[in-house]
Amino acid sequence: MLIGTAYRLSLMGAFTAPLVFLLQITALILPIDTPRTSEVSPNSWLEFHASISIIAYGAFALACVAGAMYLVQERQLKTHQLRSIFYHLPPLPNLFSAMTRLLWFGFILYSAGLISGFFVSEPLPWTKIALAIVIWVLYGAILQSRYLRWVAPRRVATLCMVAFAVALSLLWSIEFVGHRV
Amino acid sequence: MNLLCFGLNHRTAPIEARERFVGHARTEALLRDLGCHEVLLLTTCNRVEIYAAADRSILSEDLVHSLRVDGGSSSKEDLAAFYRMDNADCARHLFRVASGLDSMVVGETEILGQAKRAYEGARASGSAGRLLHRLCQRAFRVAKQVRSKTQVTRGPVSVGSVAVDLAGKIFGDLRGRKVLVLGAGETSEKTLRALASRGVSDLRMSNRTSARAEELADQMEGIAVPFATWLEQCREIDILISSTAAETHLLTPRLLVPVLRDRADRPLFIIDIAVPRDVAPEVNELDGVYLYDIDSLQEIAGESLELRRQQLVVAEAIIDEHVADFQKYLLLADTGTRPISDCPTSVSGTLRTSES
Repeated sequence: MLIGTAYRLSLMGAFTAPLVFLLQITALILPIDTPRTSEVSPNSWLEFHASISIIAYGAFALACVAGAMYLVQERQLKTHQLRSIFYHLPPLPNLFSAMTRLLWFGFILYSAGLISGFFVSEPLPWTKIALAIVIWVLYGAILQSRYLRWVAPRRVATLCMVAFAVALSLLWSIEFVGHRV
Repeated sequence: MNLLCFGLNHRTAPIEARERFVGHARTEALLRDLGCHEVLLLTTCNRVEIYAAADRSILSEDLVHSLRVDGGSSSKEDLAAFYRMDNADCARHLFRVASGLDSMVVGETEILGQAKRAYEGARASGSAGRLLHRLCQRAFRVAKQVRSKTQVTRGPVSVGSVAVDLAGKIFGDLRGRKVLVLGAGETSEKTLRALASRGVSDLRMSNRTSARAEELADQMEGIAVPFATWLEQCREIDILISSTAAETHLLTPRLLVPVLRDRADRPLFIIDIAVPRDVAPEVNELDGVYLYDIDSLQEIAGESLELRRQQLVVAEAIIDEHVADFQKYLLLADTGTRPISDCPTSVSGTLRTSES
């Protein structure tokens, strides 16, 4: 509901579904989500940190999906090979503006989640903090380079996809580090 | 009571023959004199057709006479251009016409609006009664179903409509977009008109012969710009339509790259209609530039047309189902039995689903 206002695009679901499927299959197959007893005592900062970070990741995932839609359409326009899906996709400017809004939305929430992480009563491992900051810097750099128009819209779309893949890998690493430390 | 369709269209008669016939109020009066209980006239640039309900046979010669602009009598040549269909065949014809299957450009949707206006006109004047009402309402449903269940109306089928579709994808809203036409030719003018019809209002024309640019600018309510400044214009415009008679490339990546630096990521859509081409193909490799030459545009239009043709079988199957159903209605109406429903179970189920 919160993110829906940021994109308002038709066909988003068709592109989101494979990503959700992939993430769920990965979660089922790989041992990254095993039940465990909490090492950190529950508190309101921890709950705020976890929930806001998950929403931020959701926004980044949707920005990645919008980026994929942008690249599919841009590719078809460049190669002059217009497939059936071309006529269903929203225009490029609409996709790009949705992508930018989702990046900002996710970045603001992620920043809030990162800051709130420091207020969680238990001390956090420095590797976890460092990896979280890497993701923050990565998305910050994309937004900054776009703001200064250093990169063209097509490259922003590619970066959205790359950044989300990196963020997912690092999120896994954060969890892995969290278990080991 | 018999249903009757009588007319001529772009396939049976050239425009010189079609323009001698027209449907109007006088025609309706004449047809009533001939014994038609209900009359509907469908007149478009491609067809002149009478749909009528009568309880006695009406001679084709009389029908031709009623349609002639000059009121003259019919000749053998005139009669040869006309087709005549009764009852189920008449229904099938109207269903195909309303669905755009009988149009010059298969799947065009303008005909449905024209058929609806013709029906509204006939209803308002009182010339359309119960039978034509049933026929037309069913035709509009069929057209809607064909449009939603098949891809027969999908995709652009002319160079102008392809350009408009692509521009819509590249820019979203076309209102306020700026277009420069380089050179002047029939296709570029048609493309420009198609873009203008979608809200492009800043139209600029440039030609080696400035008088030709000014003439086109006057026609299109645009502005003529000196040919020497066309490259400078590329800093501001969104769409470039090029159709000069130049023998070498006018626009190359080397010329365009400095211009693009000042465009701040605004995409540039280039439509190169010229043969030989005015724009080097390598320009398409630049970020934010979308180059289409006449072959690419025609290929896209051809693919859409082919897709529409492939969908004809599906559309005809939908029409067959409705014709069979309408035939039952005609039989029941003929025997004086009141039909239980205008839509029997099989068809109405589909219709209800499609309309929900």
